[in-house]
Amino acid sequence: MSGEAAISESAALAPLPLIRIAPQSGRWTPPLGELWSYRELLYFFVWRDIKIRYKQTVIGAAWAILQPFLTMLVFSLFFGKLAHIPSEGLPYPIFYYCALLPWMYFATSLQNATNTMVENQRLITKVYFPRLALPLSSILSGLVDFGVSFLMFIAMMIYFGTRPSAAILWFPAFLLLALLTALGMGLWLSALNAVYRDVRYVVPFMVQFWMFASPVVYPSSLVPEKWRGLYGLNPMAGVIEGFRWSLAGHGDPPRRMLLVSTGVVILLVLTGAAYFQKMESKIADVV
Amino acid sequence: MSETVIRVEGLGKRYRVGERARYFALRDILTRAFTATFRGNGRRQSVDYLWAMRGVSFDVLRGEVVGLIGRNGAGKTTLLKILSRITRPTEGFAEIQGRVGSLLEVGTGFHPELTGRENLYLSGAILGMRKSEIARKFDEIVWFAGVERFIDTPLKHFSTGMQMRLAFAVAAHLEPEILFVDEVLAVGDLEFQKKCLGKMQDVSKSGRTIIFVSHQMNQIRRLCERVIWIDSGQVRLDGFAEPAIAAYEQASLLASHQGPTELRSHESVSFSSWEVLRRRGSGSNVVATGTGVISMAIRVLIREAIEHGRVAVVVYDSRGFLISGWSFDNLQLVPGEHDVQLSFPDLPLRPGAYSVYFSIHDDNERNHNWTLVPALIIEGTPVTHFMDEWAGVLNIPCSLACKQIEFSAPDDKWRDARCE
Repeated sequence: MSGEAAISESAALAPLPLIRIAPQSGRWTPPLGELWSYRELLYFFVWRDIKIRYKQTVIGAAWAILQPFLTMLVFSLFFGKLAHIPSEGLPYPIFYYCALLPWMYFATSLQNATNTMVENQRLITKVYFPRLALPLSSILSGLVDFGVSFLMFIAMMIYFGTRPSAAILWFPAFLLLALLTALGMGLWLSALNAVYRDVRYVVPFMVQFWMFASPVVYPSSLVPEKWRGLYGLNPMAGVIEGFRWSLAGHGDPPRRMLLVSTGVVILLVLTGAAYFQKMESKIADVV
Repeated sequence: MSETVIRVEGLGKRYRVGERARYFALRDILTRAFTATFRGNGRRQSVDYLWAMRGVSFDVLRGEVVGLIGRNGAGKTTLLKILSRITRPTEGFAEIQGRVGSLLEVGTGFHPELTGRENLYLSGAILGMRKSEIARKFDEIVWFAGVERFIDTPLKHFSTGMQMRLAFAVAAHLEPEILFVDEVLAVGDLEFQKKCLGKMQDVSKSGRTIIFVSHQMNQIRRLCERVIWIDSGQVRLDGFAEPAIAAYEQASLLASHQGPTELRSHESVSFSSWEVLRRRGSGSNVVATGTGVISMAIRVLIREAIEHGRVAVVVYDSRGFLISGWSFDNLQLVPGEHDVQLSFPDLPLRPGAYSVYFSIHDDNERNHNWTLVPALIIEGTPVTHFMDEWAGVLNIPCSLACKQIEFSAPDDKWRDARCE
């Protein structure tokens, strides 16, 4: 056989992937190419999370509406009507629901992501797949609940006659920011919880504190102007103000805060991915 | 084709002792988490490490079916986990060419709330199948598992057997070039086990490369031509299946044996060696199963004459199960070296290692005994039930015929049937 024939023959066959297994890979970036080749599995994880969440509940997807809706009622009553927290012209229900939309998504995603490695322990110790798919699927499956509760928001907008301005075009960007915040924190917490099991007990407290550090029950205008940039270090502050501004036309565009928040989120996602990548090889041994 | 598809070089895995049970108190978390993040792996002192596996090297060629054997905790599963990329090695490396499927557990990723259909898709995806591939094989998998009627019922309403069958059916339809299987064939009822073994045999003949862990030696005998014996985290033996299994069984026999195996020269009777006479097997302690007269000679040194001695011979299998025993009275032995010969018209025992307990009772009611070293190895092909737990201890072939009696037809019809 001539050399050329051999070359053309081997080119005709699909090249077999060569997998190299070695101690620490030393890389700090997640294997995005590999994750892409496992996209169907990611889809199945998201699909499983959603199926299971709605399968055993009596009223199914209605929970996704009830939770923020009831919370909104309580907030409107106590913080609004009784404590007279300023909502700057917005009806209290719109003011609170607008903040609860991203907040509930963030808080739920965070808790799901924290537990995902432990809940899928059997899977992790028996099958290989990019572990990144697990926290990622917790973050993505939360979007379905978000979508359902968003329908309620549209109904409320119609009821209160609140009309969105052109700022709504910015809404996808704020949603993305919320998703990335959840992802960055989710990466950190899922890897930490796999190794230090009591992280899961810390997270509910953290979420509670974080809510009061974010403009959920109050507008960020209560924070003095000169502290506003610092306040943006909490990325959820930027996200929530962004939601209020883009959806309900509330206040000014949160420029400075948003800039800081975006920077923090990028940092959070990058460090989270690096830490997760570093822990990935150990997780199957310790989880 | 003799192309290397798996190359393992000096692979080792070290665990920190008690790592799994490690628990961090709340006050430790933040400090530890942060220091661990920035300091890297750390140089903690006074921590015990344990090498679960070290210095393992071997190559596997395309199409080889390799059996991995060894005691529990020898490192077989660790090796499979490293090759499946579930955990990373501490040292060394491995290279694998081709799509890998690994089956370390049956039913990985099953969820009780989902229906059979949903679980089938989920489990398939987890094991590395594409959605289109699962859809194509869906009917075949359901048929194989025999759960057609329940496929849209939540899995929690399935019986354990049905769950297992569905799980294995999904796994059995994986089509990677390289397959790692960890002792998963022992699921379901008899009929299903047979189906599984048949499927595994088909797979092993289809040219795929397989590494297969099992404790059922006769399963390994059926499926594998090559065996790697892992002992204390190292490759103890790598070679043809039959001699490697025999050596392994012999070693496990000796390890489990508590009786005297050393010669006691100060006693009035001592034993020095034994061998198979007119041997046809591959060693002086090896005989072929079911091939006629077998004789063995045991060399005995007598220091005091015995007038009315009694000799007993007892044979145990590798699990310590008593196969048979014989005794002979009124034996007369003068001082000196003797060859005591035992003959059997046939030893139709299943292939494996057997321990033979030989004792001489002297005139003073003292018992001198010896468990033959090396152990007796019986070689050959198992011909009884395909599952080890039903195969029994004998290796006697059986044939089956079926006579059909029909009132309408005057003449008898004989139908052939097989009995494996």
